[in-house]
Amino acid sequence: MILLPCPHCGPRNASEFRYAGEASTRPDPNATTPEEWRAYLYIKNNPAGWTTEKWFHRTGCRRYFTAERHTVTNEVRETRLPAARLESNS
Amino acid sequence: MTRSFFSRNGTRSGYQKQARYSAFDLFRRGLSGAEWPRAWRSRDPKSSYDVVVIGGGVHGLATAYYLAKEHGITDVAVLDKGYIGGGASGRNTAIIRSNYLTPEGVRFYDRSVKLYENLSAELNFNVMFSQRGHLTLAHNDGAVRTMRWRAEVNKLEGIDSEVIGPAEIKNLVPFMDTSEHTRYPILGALYHPPGGIIRHDAVVWGYARGADAHDVHIHPYTEVQGIDVENGRVHGVRTNRGGIATSKVVNCTAGYSSLISGMAGVGMPIGTFPLQAAVTERVKPFLHPVVVSGTLHVYVSQTDRGELVFGASVDPFTSYSTRGSLEFIEGLAGHVLELMPSLSKLRLLRQWAGLCDMTPDYSPIMGVTPVEGFYIDVGWGTWGFKAGPVSGEAMAELVATGKTPKIIAAFDLARFAEGRLVGEKGAAAVGH
Repeated sequence: MILLPCPHCGPRNASEFRYAGEASTRPDPNATTPEEWRAYLYIKNNPAGWTTEKWFHRTGCRRYFTAERHTVTNEVRETRLPAARLESNS
Repeated sequence: MTRSFFSRNGTRSGYQKQARYSAFDLFRRGLSGAEWPRAWRSRDPKSSYDVVVIGGGVHGLATAYYLAKEHGITDVAVLDKGYIGGGASGRNTAIIRSNYLTPEGVRFYDRSVKLYENLSAELNFNVMFSQRGHLTLAHNDGAVRTMRWRAEVNKLEGIDSEVIGPAEIKNLVPFMDTSEHTRYPILGALYHPPGGIIRHDAVVWGYARGADAHDVHIHPYTEVQGIDVENGRVHGVRTNRGGIATSKVVNCTAGYSSLISGMAGVGMPIGTFPLQAAVTERVKPFLHPVVVSGTLHVYVSQTDRGELVFGASVDPFTSYSTRGSLEFIEGLAGHVLELMPSLSKLRLLRQWAGLCDMTPDYSPIMGVTPVEGFYIDVGWGTWGFKAGPVSGEAMAELVATGKTPKIIAAFDLARFAEGRLVGEKGAAAVGH
C-alpha cells in the first residue's frame, strides 16, 4: 500500500483514491477520425518508470488531481491540481 | 502430424539424447545410480536465428515448441531476462477452464483445454492436470443472468457448463456457507466440470524440455535491450549477451510487453497491473472443485500438496512492483471466510504478486503488427496461463505460414483501431 499526497487533504492511504489513468490530451471529437479517437482511448504509454497520471480522491475532497509516480518503486514525487482546473478557477 | 522426439535407435544426429521419462527408467536409474540428463541445455547465443521468441514462459516456450515440432522450424531462440518460468507463468494460480462469454473466447480456450488434456503424454512430462470441476458463484441477480448467458454460449460450443443452485453447490463443497444469512448469499453457480488446476511449473519445464529436444535454443538471463527495425521490417534484437540478427521476432512477454513492443515502435493498448495471490499451510484434502466468486473478488483451490491457493482481482492502479500488501491479504482473508468460515484457523504461508497486462476488453492481443516480422502474443491480463498451449500452436502457425489462424483472428491488434472489441469482462474480470 502506498501513501498518496492529495493536494488538498495531504498524505492519505491510496485506497481512498481511484486511479483514473495516464494523463493524456483529449483530442477534439469534432476534428478527429475514429481511428485517432480510439488510439486516444486505448493506446497507453505504460512506462516502467516516472509517469504522469490522474487520480480521484474518492473518499476525501472528491477532486481529480495529477500525480507523478514511479511505476516500479511506487514513489510519488509530485501531486498538483490539473492545469485546466487552475485556469478555469482564475 | 505426430512424430516422436527421437528415431528408433534413440538418437538424432547432432544432439545429445534426452531421457525418456518412464517407470522403467526410474527403476533402472534407481538401481544403477545413473545421472539424469539436464532437461534442457544451456548454450551461448548464436549471432543469428530464423525466429527469436522474447519471453521464456509458457507462451514463448509453447510457440517455440510448436514451431519446431509442427512446422520444422528449429533455428529458434527463446530469450528471457530472468530464469525460465519466473514471470507470470510461475506466479499465476494455475486454473484451467473454457467457460468464457464470447463464442470466439470459448472456442479458443476450449482448444487449450483439449491440448492440456493430452499434454503429459505429448511432452512425456507429468503436468499434473487435475480436472476437478470449476464453480463460479453468483451472489446477485446480475451475476446469475451472466452465468445463464455463459452457460448457453458454452453449451452451443459443446462445452460442459451449467447453472446449479445452492443445494448442489453444498453437495460439491460441504464447507461452503450457502445459508441466506450472509452478507452476500449464494444464489447459484456456473458449474464447469472440465475445469481444474495444473502444475504450472511442470508445463513450463515440459515445453522447455520438448523444445530443447527439437534443438530450439533456450537462453535465460538474456535481456532484450533493443529491437532493430529498418523500413518497417525487423532485422534483429540487441541483448545483454550481444546482438542477434533475425527477421522474425515474437513478443511473448507478460508485464513488460508494452516496453518490448515499444522497442519496435508499436503502441500497445495495455496497462500493467500487479495481481496478488497467497497460499496457506497444508491440510488434508477437503476442497475438490475450484471455487470462484466475482462479487467477493476471490478464488480458492486446493493443490495436490494440500495448500489452499487464493487469488483475487488486480491491484487498483498500474505498477511494475511485485511487492505484496497487507491491505490485500486482509481483504482476501475476509472474503475467503465469508465463503468458508471453517477456515478461520488456517494460517497463510506466503503471498506474492505477478504482473498482468490488462487490455480494454479483457481479451488477449495476438497476431501481426504494423512492423513486418514483429509478432505479438500479449495482453494476457489475468487469463494467460490457461491459454499457453493454444496460443503457442496458433502463433507458431502464424509465424511459419504468414497466415493468421482462424482461431485467433478475432484477437488481432487492429481491432482497437477498427473498434471491434471482444468483450470478455463478464467472464474474465475475476475468475481465472
